[in-house]
Amino acid sequence: MTQNQYPLWRYLLVFGITVLGALYALPNLYGFDPALQISARRSAPIDSVLQKTLTEAVSKAGAELKASEVSAGRLLLRFKDDASRSKAMTALHEVVDTKQYLVAFNLASATPDWLKALGGKPMYMGLDLRGGVHFLMQVDVDEVRKQIEDRFITELRGAFRDKKVRFRAVSRAAEGGIDVTFLNAAAKEAALEVINKDFRDLLVNEGPASDEFPLKLTPKPAFVVEARKTAIKQNLTTLRNRINEFGVAEPVIQQQGDSRVVVQLPGVEDTAEAKKLIGATATLEFRMVDMAGDVKSATEGKVPPGSKLFQRRNGGPILLNRKVMLTGDAIVDASSGVEQQSGEPAVFITLDGKGARNFARSTREEIGKQMAVVFIEQVEGRRVEEVINVATIRDELGKRFQITGLDNADESRELALLLRAGALAAPMEIIEERTVGPSLGQANIDRGLSSFVVGFIAVCIYMLVYYRMFGLIANIGLALNVVLLVALLSMLQATLSLPGIAGILLTVGVAVDANVLINERIREEIRRGMSPQAAIHAGYERAFATILDSNVTTLIAAIVLFSFGSGPVKGFAISLSLGILTSMFTAVTCTRALVNLIFGRRRLKSLSV
Amino acid sequence: MLQWKNPNYDFMQWRRVGLWLSSAINIAAIISLFTVGLHFSIEFTGGTVVELAYKQPANLESIRETLKGSDFGGGVVQNFGSPENVLVRLPPSAEQTGAEAASKDVGMRLSKLLPDAEIRRVEFVGPQVGEELAEDGLIAALIAMGGILIYVMLRFTFKFAVGAIVATVHDVLVIVGFFSLSRLEFDLTALAAVLAIMGYSLNDTIVIFDRIRENFRSMRVADPIKVMNISLNQTLSRTINTHVVTMLTVLSLFFLGGALIHSFATALIIGIIVGTYSSIYVASASVLALGATRQDLLPTQKEGADADSRP
Repeated sequence: MTQNQYPLWRYLLVFGITVLGALYALPNLYGFDPALQISARRSAPIDSVLQKTLTEAVSKAGAELKASEVSAGRLLLRFKDDASRSKAMTALHEVVDTKQYLVAFNLASATPDWLKALGGKPMYMGLDLRGGVHFLMQVDVDEVRKQIEDRFITELRGAFRDKKVRFRAVSRAAEGGIDVTFLNAAAKEAALEVINKDFRDLLVNEGPASDEFPLKLTPKPAFVVEARKTAIKQNLTTLRNRINEFGVAEPVIQQQGDSRVVVQLPGVEDTAEAKKLIGATATLEFRMVDMAGDVKSATEGKVPPGSKLFQRRNGGPILLNRKVMLTGDAIVDASSGVEQQSGEPAVFITLDGKGARNFARSTREEIGKQMAVVFIEQVEGRRVEEVINVATIRDELGKRFQITGLDNADESRELALLLRAGALAAPMEIIEERTVGPSLGQANIDRGLSSFVVGFIAVCIYMLVYYRMFGLIANIGLALNVVLLVALLSMLQATLSLPGIAGILLTVGVAVDANVLINERIREEIRRGMSPQAAIHAGYERAFATILDSNVTTLIAAIVLFSFGSGPVKGFAISLSLGILTSMFTAVTCTRALVNLIFGRRRLKSLSV
Repeated sequence: MLQWKNPNYDFMQWRRVGLWLSSAINIAAIISLFTVGLHFSIEFTGGTVVELAYKQPANLESIRETLKGSDFGGGVVQNFGSPENVLVRLPPSAEQTGAEAASKDVGMRLSKLLPDAEIRRVEFVGPQVGEELAEDGLIAALIAMGGILIYVMLRFTFKFAVGAIVATVHDVLVIVGFFSLSRLEFDLTALAAVLAIMGYSLNDTIVIFDRIRENFRSMRVADPIKVMNISLNQTLSRTINTHVVTMLTVLSLFFLGGALIHSFATALIIGIIVGTYSSIYVASASVLALGATRQDLLPTQKEGADADSRP
């Protein structure tokens, strides 16, 4: 008579997991408040003074404020509804100094504090549910390669000159790689020595023997891969900085595969603005003006060596040195404003220590000469360079200085932002874009929820009618399965999408199959003449192998889906595979615990199955 | 009341009919795939989709007229889910590269042309992403089949594994063929559904196989057809119940889940029906055709570790 009893620890285990699951699934019941998040751009204070000013301003505008809190360096204002939030946004735009603070839309979880303290969080809703913009961007890896080769070319030229190697030309080959030609065989030998010593990242190929003594150099694959990784990493950092400037709550900026970047901006609807910011490439370069060169003959194609022809923004060509004095990388801070004397829009620039030292040294040597500021931008895949400003260096330039010559205040603001955030190391192209409006997001949540509830109830009724007591037990297991799955998804913070909800619902189907198998088996054993207790035991034992086999195969399909799918498919695969795992526990162990508790110690004549 | 008391149907007697039926449907599906093809969504082909919502039922004709005179002349306009919602599909145009198509804000420009409409969703997919997706989908399906084949081979025998795979391929062909013939849009969620059905249909097959194996071992009946029939009858009520229950959830998705997961739900509904049929008439019949016998299943088990030795 002891066959249908669990030891105490098993009951406790089931009970413990149930409580834990319920606890971590709980935050999802509280839902979300429409909220505004105010964070400081730099060191502006976020404190109770600010909180008081803003809450008063918001209330005056007629927005119904639910709560406000200062935490983790940001101020969160929660509202009763979306309408209140829009009212508040308008009001805040007048009160808040946007140079100091960022105001962003947010959906704040209404989870109570004690639950938060335990680490409870609601599921992370995907863009199809909360609304927002999704971009998938392809990093131009060819461009990275070109940049590497350009850098090597400059370095090779320098090294050859230093070592007095008599080379004819160093240039990039059309098909990739670097072509070097020499005056004689001895020069080539000397060059090979230099390359083998100082340029170990280059692969050397002897060209065909000719009177030009050619060498073909290619960056080693490992080096290119490394450079590509670095470029993508820098792009991610830059994007993160820019998006922070833009003021988006909880943005997602991730690498996908080896050359792609995903950007998700929840709550953002203005895609044009977002795209401009993400794709913007504007940066600055400082070069000396080539005073000796003849501009006129340069426009006819005779550019002096060491110089390059540029266009001025306000018209006319200008010759500048090839050597760059300073690039945007050295800039640590930039802000826009107005030049005191002329009233022109200006950008105030602060350099980092190393950049400032180098810049001071090189400008000291050039006092009295003219320096140009080159504005560089990628427009539809083309690199556009314009000289925006030429000024005479009167004194050595240090850590802080200003530049002018921009068209208007908007441009200076944008340039300042881009300089602050850093430049993109490699250009990117948007290859996928999704925008989901907030009303569609809400509609998707409603649809997902209602189809889930209806489906779930229908399954429960069917089970109850068909299997009676054992149907009821199966339903309890089923509900527990949903609770555990939701708890797991919340704890992992996996993205929940509409297909994800479908996956949860499908899991209900899979989970109930286990109980159908068990209950059918019990019925069968009873028909064969087993006693009720023995039938329960045999039913669970024999059905288990089948349940395991059938779940493993479904799990294989789900895992493959997860590793190959993207976006919505991944969401579906996560819910399905986690659901299969939890259902093994709830449909077998948990229902068994219940059955044992109810029927375990009794002498049974018949079973309600 | 609701009990299938000892059903005793001779399923296997119809196996030749099943074989012909399945072959005919599969051949039709393949022909349709090669001639009509699939109506792929922009996720596979690349392009732009904009979902619009109107306050009242939308006048598709006037929208089409408005678009004809604009840059969106090549767009397809149709209702989406309800008369108020409209979907505009723009093909990836030849003169626009991905960057340009994306940088020119389609949503903004459309809302200027159609001021009454609310822009609910804009999706742009570059052509290279679409191609990759189709490729990845195919690879995913193949890998899933490979994994399943190996698992079934380890747990059963090679003949059973072949039966399971034949059934799975059959199901996938039927669903994809249905999408081809009905011109329903085949999108990313439909692909997910196809893969989910591979799992589901197999689940069903495995349950029946499990019983066949058990009966081969425990019964002193040598005739494989008899063993199969007995097994199918024993699992019949489970088959029907699971079928009904899963169908309940999927129907609920179909009717209440909204237009976005319509393709997904449709694929699942067909898959569940076909999956149940194929477990019996494709998987089991194939195993029979391959000549599975009692001996196939016996030697792999050591003495004492057998199912008979269970309490």
